[in-house]
Amino acid sequence: MNTLRNQLVGTWTLLRKELLRFWRVVFQTVAAPVITGILYLLIFSHVLDSRLEVYEGVAYMAFLIPGLIMMSLLQNAFSNSSSSLIQAKVMGNIVFLLLTPLSYIQLFFAFLISAIVRGMFVGICIYLIATLYIDLPIKHPWIVFSFAFFGGGLMGAFGIIAGVWAERFDQMAAFGNFVIMPLSMLSGVFYSIHSLPLSWQKISQLNPFFYMIDGFRYGFFGQSDVSPYFSLSIVILFFIVLSYVTIKMLKSGYKLRG
Amino acid sequence: MKKAIIFKNVKKDYGQLKAINGINLSIEQGEFFGLLGPNGAGKSTLINMLAGLIRPTNGSISAMGFDVIKDYQNARHSLGIVPQELVFDPFFNLREMLRFQAGYFGKGRSNDVWIDEVIERLDLTSKASTNMRMLSGGMKRRALIAQALVHRPPVIVLDEPTAGVDVELRQRLWEFVKELNKEGHTIVLTTHYLEEAEALCNRLAMLRTGKIVALDTTKNLLKKFAAKNLKLRLSTKELFKLPTSIKGINFTFDDEFYIFELKKITDIGKIISALNEASIEILDMETVDQDLENIFLKLTGNKV
Repeated sequence: MNTLRNQLVGTWTLLRKELLRFWRVVFQTVAAPVITGILYLLIFSHVLDSRLEVYEGVAYMAFLIPGLIMMSLLQNAFSNSSSSLIQAKVMGNIVFLLLTPLSYIQLFFAFLISAIVRGMFVGICIYLIATLYIDLPIKHPWIVFSFAFFGGGLMGAFGIIAGVWAERFDQMAAFGNFVIMPLSMLSGVFYSIHSLPLSWQKISQLNPFFYMIDGFRYGFFGQSDVSPYFSLSIVILFFIVLSYVTIKMLKSGYKLRG
Repeated sequence: MKKAIIFKNVKKDYGQLKAINGINLSIEQGEFFGLLGPNGAGKSTLINMLAGLIRPTNGSISAMGFDVIKDYQNARHSLGIVPQELVFDPFFNLREMLRFQAGYFGKGRSNDVWIDEVIERLDLTSKASTNMRMLSGGMKRRALIAQALVHRPPVIVLDEPTAGVDVELRQRLWEFVKELNKEGHTIVLTTHYLEEAEALCNRLAMLRTGKIVALDTTKNLLKKFAAKNLKLRLSTKELFKLPTSIKGINFTFDDEFYIFELKKITDIGKIISALNEASIEILDMETVDQDLENIFLKLTGNKV
């Protein structure tokens, strides 16, 4: 029978499987994005460190690190849930999940939390390696955690939507190349939006990635382009909307059950 | 006692195509039930609706009394489904996969003893720690059966479990499934192999274009449709030499034997005396029971 205990064990099992899945290919899922993040850091900071000071008293390299951490966290949270689902669909082993009594809520939580964990793990690795080069204390740890959690959750939910929707690997790649990558590159990882022309500033303010990165950076320096509480509200709002859409999709069986 | 499975006026439409067209069927607990039909008859659609992978357009389906949509969680606890496709998760080894699968059903570490027993009974012990990718086709097929059993479901549904499996493994799987049935599990089997259905199933449903065209015990189906055949080797192989009086009895000729379809046993006497009168010598003679394949072809009008 489907008791509460059974449901908890079921959710925990799927979460554990999802965590183990990315851990089995840790070079691809953690080491590769960490190296990419560090390369961005070394190259941009080497070229621009002596020429730019975005916030007063904050070296450009230090300015860059929170943005890179958050960008990697978001991309990897998205990758975790989306790649797990598209692989299971293409390989056909999604059926093992669909035959079980796991509810749409259980599926949602397991995929979401594993996405957040992978995103945070990659972020922590980049932070730890970056602190070998530069001293980077965290001024508001709870702000940092809140943006990491809700940002990772938002992208984890978006990854579930993409994974459920896509039927082929190229469709999934299109999500990454045409949605995630431009939004993250144009989000103010490498610059403050105040350095942009006014029209670009306005466009940037429509990009939810901007709020995730700007608010996350506030947690480190206590300085940001917009109020961190406004940014957090935007991020939580997007998280709720995407979670709602994801749960609706899973409940309806869209593209999963005929 | 609750029925193991009930299909009540189940329909499934894909646009204009009626894949399942009003199926009513109930399967008792402990039965070994066979679903037969040519490709496209609707066997897998029916199984997928039972499993909750496809939603019916109309009607209801229950497993052990639980509606597969309204009470899907309890229904799925009652079912162990072996899918037709040879699918696997390439990230894990066999034992890990089985533990995960059991975990989804709420089974914790205390279930590991049963998992090891299933692995052993399916002769997979030496491969328990092998990555799923490295298993042969036959092993993957057995792994799929193991996955369906990890949560000890009372009803086991095997969708063409022996498709593409060699004869030896097929025999071993048959023995294993027969044992499960003896232990009290209800077994539902879809198959292309009529020999398999004849050897294993107590009761059969034959499907054609989404409808049941025959539903009875295997014994009754064989009795009802199968008059005996008379197989003769004669001194002539030239069909025109046969007396006209016996040409009214349906027969086939396969280069050596004439096979007459007997409507009643007295047809034998009629054939023998007509051959004597025509001075055609009988070189060899035997009577043959009809098999399920003939019945199947008659009912479905299709090749298997």
